[in-house]
Amino acid sequence: MTTSEKYVTAAYLVVLAVVLLYVVIYSFKMARLSQEIAELAELARARADRNPEREPEQAPVA
Amino acid sequence: MSLRNRSGPALAVCAFALLLGGIALVFWWAPTDADQGFSQKIFYIHVPVALTAYACFAWGAWKALRLLWTGNERHDLESYTAIHMGTIFGVLTLVTGAIWARISWGVWWSWGERQLVVFLILFLFYSAYFMLRYSIDPGPRRARTSAVYALFGVVLIPISFLAIRILGTLLHPAVFTRDGVGMTGSMFVTFLVVLAGMLCLGFALYHTELAGKRLDARLRELRRALA
Amino acid sequence: MTAYFQDVSVLARKDLLLELRSRDTVPSMLLFVVGALVVFHFALPDSAGDDAARGLLWIAILFTALLGLGRVYAAERERGLLDGLLLAPCDRSAIWLAKTMSVIAFLLLMEAIALPAFALFFAPVTGAMVAAVILANIGIAAVGALLSAIALSSRTGDLILPLLFLPLAIPIVIGGVGASIVDDPARFLWFLGLYDGIFAIISWASFEYVVTE
Repeated sequence: MTTSEKYVTAAYLVVLAVVLLYVVIYSFKMARLSQEIAELAELARARADRNPEREPEQAPVA
Repeated sequence: MSLRNRSGPALAVCAFALLLGGIALVFWWAPTDADQGFSQKIFYIHVPVALTAYACFAWGAWKALRLLWTGNERHDLESYTAIHMGTIFGVLTLVTGAIWARISWGVWWSWGERQLVVFLILFLFYSAYFMLRYSIDPGPRRARTSAVYALFGVVLIPISFLAIRILGTLLHPAVFTRDGVGMTGSMFVTFLVVLAGMLCLGFALYHTELAGKRLDARLRELRRALA
Repeated sequence: MTAYFQDVSVLARKDLLLELRSRDTVPSMLLFVVGALVVFHFALPDSAGDDAARGLLWIAILFTALLGLGRVYAAERERGLLDGLLLAPCDRSAIWLAKTMSVIAFLLLMEAIALPAFALFFAPVTGAMVAAVILANIGIAAVGALLSAIALSSRTGDLILPLLFLPLAIPIVIGGVGASIVDDPARFLWFLGLYDGIFAIISWASFEYVVTE
């Protein structure tokens, strides 16, 4: 490759590198968000489990 | 606050097609420049990146104006994300510009290169934008202050251009001039395709980033509601 | 309309009287600019021409201005007076205009000493230089009064002001140095006027958004 070809390739590669870096960062972010959603789903399930347990205790009062 | 990212995927598809097609045109169709030779091909990526950066800054300023006008907080995130994208493309402009300077004139930096000097000033300005944002606690105050500063930025762009233009060859000899404007028809078409693709890429990334940030915020709300 | 300018003059007079009595800011600016000029003498090699020295004068003015701008809202910050100022029944932008005018006054006082000192130490001061300095004062004060208000909201107040100010000051330096060293300074002076006009308008218009809670 001639010198100018090397530099031109370098310029295009730099742009590609930034876009690929973005993909990497985003995949980490998606992993974190999925984890977050899983935890929140667990919290929601725990809350849903707690509520039906309370009602049978309150029924005799009425 | 809608989480639906409608435009993102569409823009990404356009970016994919246009950039792929454009770069193919650059290397297989566009004629080699008579004066500069093969190194002129950097022009096809350097200028679209620069123009996309300007577009992002302009969009950020527009959203900033909308924030000040309507007071709707969602515009703060939009403005911030746009400026974030603009800064990334700005850094890319400086890097590709430096590579072009190196290959054209043997130096990594030339003060005679007007576009690059303006981008350097903008880089300083928008870096201060982020420092400002990080030093104010989140809230309407930060949103409004960032918006005002973003507007100053977009006004600074033409002023800097004018300043450097009147400076002319006063301080630094413009021994090197880059005249890519004498383009043939096929060169121009190629340039437009890559430009369109780069703009689509910039805005596709913008929408993706925005969607991600909004998702973050919603999940935080949800966690607070459930905990 | 006249009520607006009455508010402005009341506020400006308050700031100038405060400075007259406390004598905090202007003497420090005077001493700093002369000190900076002395340092520059040692920083310039013998071979450096008048043009280089004129360029450095602008650096001295810029950094002295930054020193003064850090003090623009000092009184309000130290004694918690900003809320009182904001509650005043005047248009918020009047506060900006008053601050701008007092900064211009401080800068003029500083330059009244700096320019003769420069002429003494380095090179003659041309009429274009004086015109450029006067025009630059307006731009520095207008933008500075707004940015100091922004710095108030920041945790790192004094630290962020120079970072915000320097990129915006670059066109002022270009205009000022250009006018100081070329034979035909007209286009640089026009440029400074344009900068002043544009940035004064957007500073005036956006001040309200920066100080509101």
